[in-house]
Amino acid sequence: MAEVSGMFTVQQTIGSVLCCKCGILMQPNAANMCAKCLRSEVDITEGLQKHVVIIHCPECDSYLQPPRSWIKAQLESKELLTFCIKRLKNLNKVKLMNAEFIWTEPHSKRINVRLRVQKEVLNGAVLEQTYTVEYVVQDQMCESCSKVQANPDQWVAAVQLRQHVSHRRTFFYLEQLILKHEAANRAIKIQQLVQGIDFFFAHRSHALKFVDFVSRVVPVRSRNDKQLVSHDHKSNNFNYKYTFSVEICPICREDLICLPPKVAASLGNVGPLVICTKVSNSIALLDPFTLRHCFLDADQYWRASFKPLLSSRQLVEYVVLDVDVVSEEVNIGGAKYVLADIQVARVSDFGKNDTMFSVRTHLGHLLHPGDYALGYDLYRANNNDIELDKYKGLVLPEVILIKKSYEEKRQKKRGKHRSWKLKSLNMEVDNSGKGRDQEQKLNSEYEQFLRDLEENPDLRFNISLYRNKEYQRSEVTSIADGEDVPSIPLEELLADLDLSDIDVEEDCIRE
Amino acid sequence: MATRLQFENSCEIGVFSKLTNAYCLVAIGGSENFYSTFESELAGIIPVIKTSIGGTRIIGRLCAGNKNGLLLPHTTTDQELQHLRNSLPDGVVVQRIDERLSALGNCIACNDHVALTHTDLDKETEEMIADVLGVEVFRQTIAGNILVGSYCSFSNRGGLVHPHTSIEDLDELSTLLQVPLVAGTVNRGSEVIAAGLTVNDWTAFCGSDTTATELSVIESVFKLREAQPSAIVDEMRKSLIDSYV
Repeated sequence: MAEVSGMFTVQQTIGSVLCCKCGILMQPNAANMCAKCLRSEVDITEGLQKHVVIIHCPECDSYLQPPRSWIKAQLESKELLTFCIKRLKNLNKVKLMNAEFIWTEPHSKRINVRLRVQKEVLNGAVLEQTYTVEYVVQDQMCESCSKVQANPDQWVAAVQLRQHVSHRRTFFYLEQLILKHEAANRAIKIQQLVQGIDFFFAHRSHALKFVDFVSRVVPVRSRNDKQLVSHDHKSNNFNYKYTFSVEICPICREDLICLPPKVAASLGNVGPLVICTKVSNSIALLDPFTLRHCFLDADQYWRASFKPLLSSRQLVEYVVLDVDVVSEEVNIGGAKYVLADIQVARVSDFGKNDTMFSVRTHLGHLLHPGDYALGYDLYRANNNDIELDKYKGLVLPEVILIKKSYEEKRQKKRGKHRSWKLKSLNMEVDNSGKGRDQEQKLNSEYEQFLRDLEENPDLRFNISLYRNKEYQRSEVTSIADGEDVPSIPLEELLADLDLSDIDVEEDCIRE
Repeated sequence: MATRLQFENSCEIGVFSKLTNAYCLVAIGGSENFYSTFESELAGIIPVIKTSIGGTRIIGRLCAGNKNGLLLPHTTTDQELQHLRNSLPDGVVVQRIDERLSALGNCIACNDHVALTHTDLDKETEEMIADVLGVEVFRQTIAGNILVGSYCSFSNRGGLVHPHTSIEDLDELSTLLQVPLVAGTVNRGSEVIAAGLTVNDWTAFCGSDTTATELSVIESVFKLREAQPSAIVDEMRKSLIDSYV
């Protein structure tokens, strides 16, 4: 600058003075003390932490960043160094120049970090100093790891969900409802049993919430018991194991019911032969001969607690020979029905004899001559129902048709995948003492359930269907009452979010 | 010999005292210790005078003087002026000067022959300095500091200057002063030399924080050891007696 302006300046040679403490020759500085003396005089690392305890989860190799977040970091990694430096208090009082790891044995549970810091001391002299911080690594499992590691048998409350029927359809449906509403998220164990499912929970309140959920979706009767596990009379602490026994009503959709006289009377002399068309928290009943319908809620049902006369396993396939529509189309609870007089013959009789039945049915809108239909063969059925005996002089119809059958057309499609799939609960199945036929039965029931879902939009209203990625066909039809086999339109399906291949396996998605 | 002392727990003893070859001024303190240290060193040689200047105790920073005279700022009261005139030896001219920069001790550094002054002093003041103190006057800075009186201290035998003084400056100053100079510190690294040190041709007083290294620098540059050869003999005799006992 001075040279630019052409001014004469004397060259300045920095002289040397003696250090005021030790007397060695040195360049003058702000403290007029040599670096060694200055260092002995002031310790800039005073008040900085030299020993820190850090908490490490050995399972997932992450470190606790208080208060509760966990940071994944490898040994000697940049992330770990950042974490280590962040853990030091008072480091803002000095200027951090450099930090590096000093290698230690991993099993020594010590991490050593060498830090170089600068600080202004004694009227403006900046001192730089290196020091080592020792981190003591204490192992403690993080919440998610300890959750995984915890003993799943440590349950406090168990919900025993039961339905005393010969099939598992209700549980298949319930499983989907539970998945959709994430009702069993807190269950620590789910066990599939012969006539039901057991859910185990860690807290009584979780179990209560689950029971509450179940009672909102199906008509149930429940009772609970507790067993004293241990107690401390000094502090008045009692540990119980709670058991909730939840029984689902045995009436299922498509069941044929003979209402007890009292119930029939209270419902306005409906029936007494009625079909159950829907089961939610109440039971919807329909008289197929008059199209009268009524609802029974759980209380009403359990007061009478009747059993079905015939249930869906006893359905017999018929061929429709002639249809004679009797009434106009009637809309009952969102479903359409048309009363019709129909002539049917059993498929099994076809070509053997000329047995024909003339019945009245509520399926006039679906059935056409030549169609197949499923119905209860009361003509051949051997009933020993007490309720039925109470009706003197009741003339039983020979056949009660329940639904149209698509079996014939299905056979053409056999072997082809569905365009959708369902998730399933992660259940433990006790397979001991069960043969292959049991498994086959379960599989065929599941297949039946999937067909029901396809045929019945009402049924899939409450559950989540996922798109099957393996399915490639583009021609998807959704005609429930047309000629083709009913299927589910694409827009009803959800795309399944999968983050990795492992997840897909874990979800154990059944096709 | 250099003596270490404190003024009421302050090591800046150059602020509270003024030492020349002909007289010594000390501030009026609460304790007699400060005065008596000077008295014990200087008794019988030169007068040690307790005084205030302008009612303050920072006399070392307010006045400038040598064996020929004493310059006092315009804040000095008549009473103080009279007291000093009465107390000082007859050969010492006491003069109150009307200078805007009233801390004369900070603006003027002098021995019995040369004075370095603040660059902004009045022409009249400069003439007054030359007349009263009988010195050649040079307007100078020391290591870029204009308060030459604060950052250097010299006698007729040597001088100590601000530690940041460059070698060229040191050469120039010692040419002007005709005494050897050295850059150094007092009071454990303090750069304000004149505040921590007051010196004449045969003795020096410095703040009690001054380290042994600094003391040895002071003693060697001001040639205080040779100043009193008898002192060394005394010292040796003392240690001999000490070992006998």
